[in-house]
Amino acid sequence: MTYSYPDQQGHFGQFGGIYMAETLIPAVEELRQQYLRFRDDPEFKAEFAYELKHYVGRPSPIYHAKRLSDDLGGAQIYLKREDLNHTGAHKINNAIGQALLAKRMGKKRVIAETGAGMHGVATATVAARFGMECIVYMGAEDIQRQAPNVFRMKLLGATVVPVQSGSRTLKDACNEAIRDWVTNVESTFYIFGTAAGPHPYPMMVRDFQCVIGNEAKVQMPEMIGRQPDAVIACVGGGSNAIGLFHPYIEVPNVQIIGVEAGGHGIASGQHAAPLTANSKVGVLHGNKVYLIQDENGQIIETHSISAGLDYPGVGPEHCLLKDIGRAQYVAINDDEALAAFDALCRFEGIIPALESSHALAHAMKIAPTMGKDKVLLVNLSGRGDKDMNTVAKLKGITL
Amino acid sequence: MSRIDRTFDKLKQQQRKALIPFITAGDPSRQLTVTLMHGLVAAGADVLELGVPFSDPMADGPTIQRASERALKNGMSLRGVLDMVAEFRKQDTTTPVVLMGYGNPIEAMGWEAFAKRCAEVGVDGALTVDFPPEESHEAFEHLQAHGIAPIFLLAPTTKDARIEQVAKLARGYVYYVSLKGVTGAGNLDLSAIEEKMPQLRKHIKLPIGVGFGIRDAATARAVAKLCDGVVVGSRIVQEVEDSNEQNVVANVGRLVQELRVAIDNEKE
Repeated sequence: MTYSYPDQQGHFGQFGGIYMAETLIPAVEELRQQYLRFRDDPEFKAEFAYELKHYVGRPSPIYHAKRLSDDLGGAQIYLKREDLNHTGAHKINNAIGQALLAKRMGKKRVIAETGAGMHGVATATVAARFGMECIVYMGAEDIQRQAPNVFRMKLLGATVVPVQSGSRTLKDACNEAIRDWVTNVESTFYIFGTAAGPHPYPMMVRDFQCVIGNEAKVQMPEMIGRQPDAVIACVGGGSNAIGLFHPYIEVPNVQIIGVEAGGHGIASGQHAAPLTANSKVGVLHGNKVYLIQDENGQIIETHSISAGLDYPGVGPEHCLLKDIGRAQYVAINDDEALAAFDALCRFEGIIPALESSHALAHAMKIAPTMGKDKVLLVNLSGRGDKDMNTVAKLKGITL
Repeated sequence: MSRIDRTFDKLKQQQRKALIPFITAGDPSRQLTVTLMHGLVAAGADVLELGVPFSDPMADGPTIQRASERALKNGMSLRGVLDMVAEFRKQDTTTPVVLMGYGNPIEAMGWEAFAKRCAEVGVDGALTVDFPPEESHEAFEHLQAHGIAPIFLLAPTTKDARIEQVAKLARGYVYYVSLKGVTGAGNLDLSAIEEKMPQLRKHIKLPIGVGFGIRDAATARAVAKLCDGVVVGSRIVQEVEDSNEQNVVANVGRLVQELRVAIDNEKE
């Protein structure tokens, strides 16, 4: 089997593509050309590798969560520690890559959308690092949920713009960032945070995030003498997941499992799990993907305990991986994610992001059904410091 | 000959420019949209652009965003918009109606069903903001099979090769977006439009309408001198927002009349 996506126009099978207003088409085309030009440029690659090593602190370790695994009594759970990256999540891998490209394209102003705030923090960080002006769009609802990250972005010199339209969450922040880009297209680089959007973003973000899976492919044999039986990651837009999954697509006998946000449960309709809920194909934010929508093609407000997964769409490559059966997608509800969050705190002394807690929760669900010799590699995509307010509120505690 | 072609032919003979107002269907209410459409025609509109509300109008500024939100709250849908055009056609069989919006509601309905229904109710053209020619092959097959004109946007950033590509696919008229930005922005640059026009005319033999950023009679008149039609959206939608159900038709009518007079007196 040879897996080679996307095609030249950015299609992953029927998914992906470039669905943008005419004003932005030349900008997206310029980005594509510049990315293809620099992607294999030795100097660009060397600078990216240098920043990942010395600034981000890569490679991120893999940790055997032994006490947790013993307690579950089944498969061994290993964690890819993206939470230990500078800024506390995988988002920085992509932000650095795009900032280096922006620098080469002579763009001095960068914009970003953010949900949980991790991509906003990563973008604010690289903007400070490379001396660029930075504007971050964030839904007003998310600003409430993720106050510490808002303050971090401001400390780093970014302007955080609250978005009041629509559901006031990640999708609306995306809309607003696109509006900024269309207005300031010549001066501005849009550092898009996930492996979705118009081509080349799904490909480019994936490429930058593949450092996760590429490291794991070397680290796992060093630790256990073989590759894991399954790789598991949470999926909102799906950048941490595709970063882990992509290098494993052609590795036989490694199961790939994406974990969506089940919210109050798929049956409740209040979730953010388009793949698990068998949503229809639609077009939003520049690409054709499975999309949570009503029968009239209007996008429905989603729900998740985790702001970073609270998005109605999903990256086009995940849609393809679902359709060709190479990956399996499941949903974890709010309460299950919270239980996994607590478990990792208590058993391993690691406070995970609520997003990553979804992936962990699924591993904890299936581990007891598997033999002790089986190995699950979970992408611990971010740390949970940002979620203190949300978790305290859910537990009825005032900080 | 299509209603759009007939309209522009007639205007050309009269040496006049088209006035193309935009309103969002279902704003301020489902009942008033058809009344407003007739009011626009009575006030001097040549072509009507009817906005299909969408939950995530990325290319629109705050004014049309709010109109979209109001319309969706009023229960508006693509099928509902098509029904309105059927209602409008009971009294007006000559004024072209173009639907403008985003692709997803059409994707959800299916392009074939959409094109068929457009032909049934008397829609003349469709403009999907986020469907560039590259992604629209299937869509255009269905539109063309039912005689619905695909209307395209061109932008200040559009390069020669793309203008040529659009020229081949476009029918009816071409909509030139006069600024870099969302609908309703205020930074209209007349000299930039004037400079771009020869490049557009080189490839495009259809009439060219210009829109985005036309705020008043003076800008409408200035833009009319440069092209074949003036599209006014946010300014009219703003008038709808600022009015109540009693005076909205009169207020919008007065505004469109002012624009009509300004455009017809472009030579002054």
